[in-house]
Amino acid sequence: MAKKAKSTLINMLLSLTAIALVAAAALAAMNAVTEKPIEVAKQNKVNKAIENVLKQVDENGKTLDSIDYKTLKDTIVKVDGEEIVCHLAYNAEGEYAGAAVETSDPNGFGGTLKVMVGFDKDGNVYGYSILESHETPGLGAKADKWFQKGQKGDIVGKSPASELMVKKDKGDVDAITGSTITSRAFLRCVNKAYTHLQSVLNK
Amino acid sequence: MKAKDIIKNGLIKENPTWVLILGMCPTLATTTSAINGMMMGLATAFVLMMSNIVISLLKSVIPDKVRIPAFIVVIATFVTIVQMVMQAFMPDMYETLGLFIPLIVVNCIVLGRAEAFASKNTVWHSLLDGLFMGLGFTWALTLLGMVRELLGTGCFFGISIIGGADGMLLMILPAGGFICLGFLMALINHLRNRNVKKA
Repeated sequence: MAKKAKSTLINMLLSLTAIALVAAAALAAMNAVTEKPIEVAKQNKVNKAIENVLKQVDENGKTLDSIDYKTLKDTIVKVDGEEIVCHLAYNAEGEYAGAAVETSDPNGFGGTLKVMVGFDKDGNVYGYSILESHETPGLGAKADKWFQKGQKGDIVGKSPASELMVKKDKGDVDAITGSTITSRAFLRCVNKAYTHLQSVLNK
Repeated sequence: MKAKDIIKNGLIKENPTWVLILGMCPTLATTTSAINGMMMGLATAFVLMMSNIVISLLKSVIPDKVRIPAFIVVIATFVTIVQMVMQAFMPDMYETLGLFIPLIVVNCIVLGRAEAFASKNTVWHSLLDGLFMGLGFTWALTLLGMVRELLGTGCFFGISIIGGADGMLLMILPAGGFICLGFLMALINHLRNRNVKKA
């Protein structure tokens, strides 16, 4: 075995600096390679989510109904430091056809709950999808199906013009069994999405 | 030391999960399904192998007093690479494992092998050690994930094989992870001890 470098100040400085430099160079190279695909993957995810909430499918994945749209226009609203992105959808004639709105609520059961809600042109809930959640598997994590069309907590077709609330809070939406906190956070997201979409549309 | 011994050490005799009991945080947190456990294991195996190679190459130029920071920089570099690659090419998997990938940096298996093995052995042996310790970790996580997924959701690698049943929710919650880990560890160590006595 080669003789080991002694722990003198100069040796320590040199070896650590060299290692850090090489590591930084390797990471910079890697970053250059992966930057684009990461961006594309993120964009794909958003596009897919938009498509999902502007389309209704049955449990076999067959499309029942969808909002036709040609172009999307993104509007970002800033509320209390939080960014709410409204993707407004327009049909081929350039008329407003509906919108997909991204909102989040910090008080889910396991942390931030991020939801995308689709609205038809009259402001009724059309579809939704959960973008990010840290809810309990088997309980709160059921939110991705629970509020869909035909399910127990169906909110599709309802208008959040009068705030949507769970039955416990004197509303008319069935909360997920055992997951009132998740359900409340989810409905707060939906209500918030509606309010901010209206403010964008009325501008 | 023979290559065969190193392979056996990593997979069975000194298996990081069942015998050394290292890296319990990702073991319990990511094994809610078999595929999650397997991906986490493979990511760790890659980091372990690469960092073992590099550290073994550099062992004579790193002064003793700064070896830990030097090791950590090397390990962190490979972890970041894994993270970026996953984010770019497997966004769905990154979504589920996201939080635990950066934590590989502080996984005691990786630093443990760097310190105990790679800094004292040849590059070839270190590569083998890293690879097979990593695979030992992978099979342990995959097995644990398989059992928890089957009991918790009735699925096997995401394919439902016990239809209609909801499964025991407990098994995919943290408590079930501990219970499952305990039973599996007892079983595997029992089998291992029996083999040792025979030999």
